[in-house]
Amino acid sequence: MSVIYFIFQQTMYFMIPLMIVALGAMFSERSGIINIALEGIMTMGAFTGILFLNFTGKSMSGQLQLIIAILISMGTGMIFSLFHAYASINMKSNQVISGTALNMFAPAFAVFVARVIQGVQQVPFNNTFRITSVPVLGSIPFIGPLLFQNAYITTYVGILIFVLSAVVLYRTRFGLRLRACGEHPQAADSAGINVYRMQYAGVLISGALGGLGGLVFVVPTSTNFNADVAGYGFLALAVLIFGQWKPVNIMLCSLFFGLMKAVASSYSGIPFLSALGIPSYFYKMVPYIITLIVLVFTSRNSQAPKAEGIPYDKGQR
Amino acid sequence: MKPKQIKDHTGILSSIFAIILGLIVGLIILFLCNPEQALPGFATILSGAFTHGAKGIGQVFYYATPIILTGLSVGFAFKTGLFNIGTPGQFIIGGFGAVYVGILWTSLGPVHWIVALAASVILGALWGLVPGILKAYYNVNEVIASIMMNYIGMYLVNWITKSYKPLFNNLRNESKNVANTANIPKMGLDKIFPGSSVNGGIIIAILVVILIWVILNKTTFGYELKAVGFNRDASKYAGINEKKSIILSMVIAGAIAGLAGGLLFLAGTGKHIEIKDVLPSEGFTGISVALLGLNNPIGVLFSGIFIAYLTAGGFYLQLFEFSTEIIDIIVAVIIYFSAFALMVKIIMSKFVGQKNGKTDETGKGGTKS
Repeated sequence: MSVIYFIFQQTMYFMIPLMIVALGAMFSERSGIINIALEGIMTMGAFTGILFLNFTGKSMSGQLQLIIAILISMGTGMIFSLFHAYASINMKSNQVISGTALNMFAPAFAVFVARVIQGVQQVPFNNTFRITSVPVLGSIPFIGPLLFQNAYITTYVGILIFVLSAVVLYRTRFGLRLRACGEHPQAADSAGINVYRMQYAGVLISGALGGLGGLVFVVPTSTNFNADVAGYGFLALAVLIFGQWKPVNIMLCSLFFGLMKAVASSYSGIPFLSALGIPSYFYKMVPYIITLIVLVFTSRNSQAPKAEGIPYDKGQR
Repeated sequence: MKPKQIKDHTGILSSIFAIILGLIVGLIILFLCNPEQALPGFATILSGAFTHGAKGIGQVFYYATPIILTGLSVGFAFKTGLFNIGTPGQFIIGGFGAVYVGILWTSLGPVHWIVALAASVILGALWGLVPGILKAYYNVNEVIASIMMNYIGMYLVNWITKSYKPLFNNLRNESKNVANTANIPKMGLDKIFPGSSVNGGIIIAILVVILIWVILNKTTFGYELKAVGFNRDASKYAGINEKKSIILSMVIAGAIAGLAGGLLFLAGTGKHIEIKDVLPSEGFTGISVALLGLNNPIGVLFSGIFIAYLTAGGFYLQLFEFSTEIIDIIVAVIIYFSAFALMVKIIMSKFVGQKNGKTDETGKGGTKS
């Protein structure tokens, strides 16, 4: 039983950031802007957040410090994503090119600034944020060990974001308008919606969630930040497609991908998995291979937003 | 003829505009870090490659070899309407093919390096084939498929290299040395640029650039590829086998990127496949090279040399206690601004249009099919 708890807790560490970032990407793509820059946005968000943890490591600790770091990461992600929004909305750039540029910029910037500030590129931090057991809830049988032991506050933030995303996208006027802009911006415009503003909102939300996702990824799985989020931004895109741009599917899909990542990173400590003798590289490859297969089967009636990737031009019919 | 000239003109102008802005941002960042060292440091970026004479220039060509080819791969795919973001995967799998043959097939003698390069081309082509087929038959966006193929390729290469004893250097966690016969001959370049790492790879790269230029501009085949890129349905209507064209475009693009990997790992400069879960940067740099070179094979050749020149200059930047990542920052900013090319074109054509009394129709952006 404890093995199951262990795997599940590990899975949460990998799943929550994936889900947060993929939900962010969903908002951007639903507004019609492809955001391939998530990898870079995650890197920037993680960098500033971890830098804050590093600076305040002596004077602060615990949940308050983490919450401030979360806000900093989200802010950084939003600011960084503004560049993508400006290029793809105002300048009508090719969105993949702009995203690629930001992806190249972020790790270089993080390494450069880290070296300037402290000489080496790794930014270490003290992890004082793990909650061994949430009071009362942690002692519930079964559910307690699954969700409320060895957890991070970020797990609950992630779950909250998931619920909020689903509600906002399907139950609010904002969500309806956002989806309209991704499907048929001309029609949305003629109905009086400011398409540019909605697309800015979509990209900025993805920036905030991307930055947060970067921090959430690094904190439980590492003790320092090395200008790298291990391809999670791209994996989040895979989650988004596998999840067919829908919040609940995205959640389930990131759970599965998170499980694969957790197995890949810790299978040697789990008796029945190490007995199988399958190398960790196999588990690392599975999410990408499955995404390719899913792409083949879903592309005939893909749920992708129709106007995704096409710069909106008011004058065009 | 005249409108085309104007278009080419704005293309080059927007590249230059992007380069200047990129360099300015780089200078500003240097100033913010260390105002005293900023100007000498910046001068080093611009002139560093020349300070060591022939060796420095040879080094530029050495750095340029793989990125010219990855750039050509991206640029060629662009010309045929596809965004090949899969160069990192094609690059590493191609490099793996070259290293595999280079280590194991030692009985080949003088043709060893040619066979090893052929292996890199074939594996790279295979990695391009998959997104090509998915695009042609299932209409899967090639950007997403290529990204997936990148990670599959990287993990696969690491997996095989690490688990197959004859390939793996346990002590350094990387692939073993290839046999001497697998290294690309210097082709006399070591005499022109003594002391540098340049080798016959740059000559091969230039030949491939010329070959692709000829295919794109002088053959029916190249015309068909470009036609499909412009309008898939119209090409089909005109009798072009558009599925075959898309697949062949991706295969050729993959083969070029695979060759780039082969040329790097067979350069005889101590490059090995390192077992770390990071995509090779040469692949992504190819995107920059292609964009800066306006996707034109000849343009790619020059932009590849330009970025290699900056990289070589940046290498000497360490003398000023700046880290070499500033070059990556500058290149990223250049790419960001070169993405504005469409807007620059619109502004330019409006300007020109007002003069001529008519406006120019400009192309639509976006990679969606």
